[in-house]
Amino acid sequence: MLTVENLECIRQEKLIFSGLSFQLQAGEVLWVKGRNGAGKSSLLRIVAQFLKPSAGKIFWQGNEIAEDPDSYLKSFEYIGHQDALKSALSPRENLQFWMQYRGSNGLDGALAALELNEIADYPVRNLSAGQKKRSNLARLIACPAPLWILDEPISSLDSHHIDLFRNLLMKHVENGGMALLATHQDLKLGNERVLNLDTIERGFS
Amino acid sequence: MNAFTGLFVRDLRLAYRQGSAVTLTLAFFVIAVTLFPLGVGPELSVLARIAPGVLWVGALLSCLLTLDRLFQADYEDGTLEQLMKGPLPIIFVVLAKVFAHWVTSILPLILITPILAGSLNMPGDGIWAIVTALLIGSPVLSLIGAIGAGLTVAMRRGGVLLSLLILPLYIPVLIFGVAAVEAAIAMLPVAPHLMLLGGLSLGALVVSPLASAAALKLAVE
Repeated sequence: MLTVENLECIRQEKLIFSGLSFQLQAGEVLWVKGRNGAGKSSLLRIVAQFLKPSAGKIFWQGNEIAEDPDSYLKSFEYIGHQDALKSALSPRENLQFWMQYRGSNGLDGALAALELNEIADYPVRNLSAGQKKRSNLARLIACPAPLWILDEPISSLDSHHIDLFRNLLMKHVENGGMALLATHQDLKLGNERVLNLDTIERGFS
Repeated sequence: MNAFTGLFVRDLRLAYRQGSAVTLTLAFFVIAVTLFPLGVGPELSVLARIAPGVLWVGALLSCLLTLDRLFQADYEDGTLEQLMKGPLPIIFVVLAKVFAHWVTSILPLILITPILAGSLNMPGDGIWAIVTALLIGSPVLSLIGAIGAGLTVAMRRGGVLLSLLILPLYIPVLIFGVAAVEAAIAMLPVAPHLMLLGGLSLGALVVSPLASAAALKLAVE
């Protein structure tokens, strides 16, 4: 379970949000909504430990993550705006690197899950934006983690691959995973909880 | 160890696939060194006297050409923050990348140095000494350069600032590197100079990963 308590984010002396608290249980998806600049990406980056909050605490499985950051870092996979792909390498080589780096396996399953087999050996520089996005999303399957932190994961995807990703996400939460998701497009999951940052006037629970 | 090896091998593979950086560095080194005889004249005794300094300065400047991309590509495409997520501590991320930079950008310079040293009329003892001095002292170039690369990673056109930050810190290795070669040519003991270079490399090996890691953390935030 992920617990966020009284989180506050100030960036360049501007208050983005404060008093933000929520819980995310196994089997849940929390859809973070909000206008541009509402702090969706900042919230996700704080939860992913790429940003330090101005105030507040984050707990993972009941333990404050500051006490055991290493085990928390192993428990999530983060998909950000950037693809984290090397253009000179193929999707297969990029995934192989991340799997070796994270110590996981299951490359073929990841390529198949995102329908990447046909383009698996082409240099990333020759791929379309949607193909790059899918190559990045394949990291979720190749490097399994209970918590998925997803910042605009379906941007650039066509409707077929949005459906494909929706199914992967549903399967993940059915298997006890959880996801913190920020997107402007409705994934139509049906059972997700919504955290609307636009409605948060410096305090939310 | 797997993560360290994986990152090191990936950087080698990228350098091989994008061969232009290595080729440009080598070409710059060769051209910079061969320009000196045109500038100071073909007098062999003069060339032999300035050769140690020319080769070391050429190596320093060639190294600078690739340093600004040491972390920048990973920063721009989002790889850096993924690398920092673990499991490899960020200081080992720095070390893996610095090691790969040394192998791909500096080792080729060292390999071609005997030919350039010979063309500058450097005696055999000097050639042996400069190759040894570069092998022992050149890790400082990548290690100290990593600090500057980390500090300027989030800056557009940070290359100039990187040069201004780093070049003064290269002065000790330049002095002892040149002194080692001059001692060898003068038939004086070389070991003290090489030991000082080794000390500088070991000192940089301790300081650089810590300082670079701190700079990278700041950049990602």
